Amino acid sequence: MVRCFHCHGPLPTGSDLAVELRGQRRPVCCAGCLAVASLIESRGLGSFYSFRSAPAAPPAIGPDEAGNSGMPACDWQVCDRPEVERQLVQALGPGRSELRCRVDGVNCAACAWLIDRGLDDIDGVEEICVNPLSGETLVRFDPARVRPSAILEAIARFGFAPRPVPAGRTDDAATAAATRAELKRLAVAGLGFAQVMTLSAALYLGAVKAMDTHYTSFFVLTSMLIATPVVLYAGAPIFRGAWMDLARGRLGMDVPVALAIAIALGASLVNAFRGAGQVYFDSATMFVFFLTLGRFLESRARHRAGGVLAALAELRPLSATRRHGSGLERVGTVELAPGDCVVVAPGEAVPADGVLVAPQGLFDESLLSGESAGRRRELGDPVLGGSLNLGTAPVEIRVTGLGADSYIARVGSLLQRAMADRPDFLRLADRWAGGFIAAILLLAILAGGVWLRLAPERAFEVVLALLVVTCPCALSLAAPTAFAVALGRLARLGLLLRSARALERLADVDTWIFDKTGTVTEGRLRVQEIELHGSLDRARCLALANALEAGIEHPVARALRTALPSGTRLETATDVEYFPGYGITGTVDGQRYRLGSARHVGYAAERDDSVQRLYLGDDAQLLACFELADTPRPHAASALAMLAAAGRTVALVSGDAQGPVQAAAQRFGVGQAFASQSPADKLALLRTRQQAGHVVAVVGDGINDAPVLAQADVSVALVEGSRLAQAGADIVFTGHDLRIVARLPDWARRTRRIVRQNLGWAALYNLTAVPLAAAGLLAPWMAALGMSLSSLVVVANALRLNRVLALPADGPAEGPAQASRPRVLAEQEVA
Amino acid sequence: MSMLFVLIPLAIALLAFAVWAFFWAVRAGQFDDLDTPALRILLDEQRTPHD
Repeated sequence: MVRCFHCHGPLPTGSDLAVELRGQRRPVCCAGCLAVASLIESRGLGSFYSFRSAPAAPPAIGPDEAGNSGMPACDWQVCDRPEVERQLVQALGPGRSELRCRVDGVNCAACAWLIDRGLDDIDGVEEICVNPLSGETLVRFDPARVRPSAILEAIARFGFAPRPVPAGRTDDAATAAATRAELKRLAVAGLGFAQVMTLSAALYLGAVKAMDTHYTSFFVLTSMLIATPVVLYAGAPIFRGAWMDLARGRLGMDVPVALAIAIALGASLVNAFRGAGQVYFDSATMFVFFLTLGRFLESRARHRAGGVLAALAELRPLSATRRHGSGLERVGTVELAPGDCVVVAPGEAVPADGVLVAPQGLFDESLLSGESAGRRRELGDPVLGGSLNLGTAPVEIRVTGLGADSYIARVGSLLQRAMADRPDFLRLADRWAGGFIAAILLLAILAGGVWLRLAPERAFEVVLALLVVTCPCALSLAAPTAFAVALGRLARLGLLLRSARALERLADVDTWIFDKTGTVTEGRLRVQEIELHGSLDRARCLALANALEAGIEHPVARALRTALPSGTRLETATDVEYFPGYGITGTVDGQRYRLGSARHVGYAAERDDSVQRLYLGDDAQLLACFELADTPRPHAASALAMLAAAGRTVALVSGDAQGPVQAAAQRFGVGQAFASQSPADKLALLRTRQQAGHVVAVVGDGINDAPVLAQADVSVALVEGSRLAQAGADIVFTGHDLRIVARLPDWARRTRRIVRQNLGWAALYNLTAVPLAAAGLLAPWMAALGMSLSSLVVVANALRLNRVLALPADGPAEGPAQASRPRVLAEQEVA
Repeated sequence: MSMLFVLIPLAIALLAFAVWAFFWAVRAGQFDDLDTPALRILLDEQRTPHD
């Protein structure tokens, strides 16, 4: 099936929009894609299409003043206002300022490249840094030569949606500082490890073939000098964690690890000063290095999707039109105060919670509540900040709630409470840790006591060897290494894991809850079919429909507009009358036309199924019937079937009304469906299940899903959804094929198997080595070698996950979001 | 072989310098973005002259 070249969306039937790229004619689905593709081509950036590894996000379009369709709609002038600029732009010095924004629609390295090249030409822009995974963009510029609005507009022209981020937010700075500290520790551990291993190699060789004691003590001394600060510096967080665990009376995983490091280092130091006996500096540094590496990768994953605060900050629209005296002024949303009257134009987002001052209004609250149909409000009704004005006329709203009082902020606090209340789950390794430590210490004391009685001169050495051999290195590395490898592997499949516990928990999940709009469907209404009933052709019918719907921002109107071939001059309808809930009547070229429900057009034989239809007729007859549908995600039905077939309960929970939810449940073959659920409702539903003993996984994308994603045992957010949902979720899915999500339980079980193998191996090693060491039969070098080898075996086994976590040959194709390896589609897209 | 008594301390001195250099790089923000640089090399190519 042919798809839009730019965004890979479905082509509306009968569309002939196309763009000329390097001499080849490529079809596109809408005027927005056409505009962006043409811009890319005209700027000579066509290689974008050969390097990108994921389809572009559909750009936002709207008719411009001249009435031509297909111009990207954006208004960034408000960013130049001093109050707003102060919030967004950080001055680094004279002639150097910094603007940060999160750009929506950046989903691969090529997009980052496109923005970089696109902004390069602007005079005054000095440095551009785009992160292809998070879309975070940093632009350093000279405020005297270029204005922030010009930069943001340039980004928007390429079809992306930049969201400026308030400068100097604290949670971002703290994360950056933490990551830097971890990086420093990792470097020190790595460099120290390499040096100490080199010296240890000499020592091992010296044990085989006799070496002068001068050299032996020299190597021991230098390894000590390097290893001690390295281990103490890099292992500091482990010691801190162990201390906190002990202070709380818990024996968590940090305690045996800290003990292992302390024993290895301590024993080595003692022997170094004694001048006799084995030293274990190499084992200690290697152990610390692997641990630090595992933790570094884990925390990188955690910080990837961004914090809740950042997500909340982006939900408010940037600008608003405020009533000022007798006129209107355009201000930044940050400048609003309670009591201000703001005018919200059709299609604009309401800047803050408020009360409706106009007689009535129609609002799109889909991102806030999941409802796909508009919500009608009367004079005096509350209006939510973030909802869109679906009406045909501007509405006036008096601001009441700003900041912490707003609906969005309340969802945010619901989310944070849910994150704190999350059901606790003890990880596999943690359960073993406590008992293991107790056993080791007991054994060491016993053995020491026995030897003191029998042969006191060897007692010290034996106890030391015993402690070293029972050192739980393999045990501590078992889970972190497996997770680190799984993390990398799953990331290549499009699943960005943010926590290790989620992966382990997935194996136990018995209930899956899916959101509807935007999760199992793509959330885009499109004209699927045009049935002609009269004498006019398809193009004419579309033109008439667009003329009547001109200026309306309803999803239906948007669907009609995207179906219109680009460059078509919009017809003007005069004497337009609106019948809310029924349709529109207007005059075009002297003829009276009606657009809307079957009743409005006078068509009696309406089919009664759940398909949304729009009818066009003139005074005499029915002319056309437009069939509209929310595009289902590819393979969503089979993904849900896969989960159900594996014996799991699958449910559809949505904020949308009963009708569409039932239709979706039927289409996807889902047994249980719940409609009209508010965020609190969804949370209550989840809690009931969890209290009944079920382990629940949730898949969602909207703001209204954020709290339930945070509370779930395991949660998956979609990358095209709201950032708030991603902030609360364990896994962010960057692909389009839900079958990959359906594979997660299987992969989780395989990972758990590898972790169990690692733990089993660690236990086996300790159980065989301990009696030998207690009996004094273990030579010290054997103890050192054993420690290193057992750790290496665990790491090697964990690396097997790269092959074990694979897609079946007949299943979905490799995840599209390969930000780490852009595919060069030389033949397909360029030739 | 007694040269080792000079070489190894020299190696340690180099190690110390390497650690310092890395710390400087981290502080200067060189490692803040670990994902894009690997890809920019692949994508940087001749730009078609325009304007």
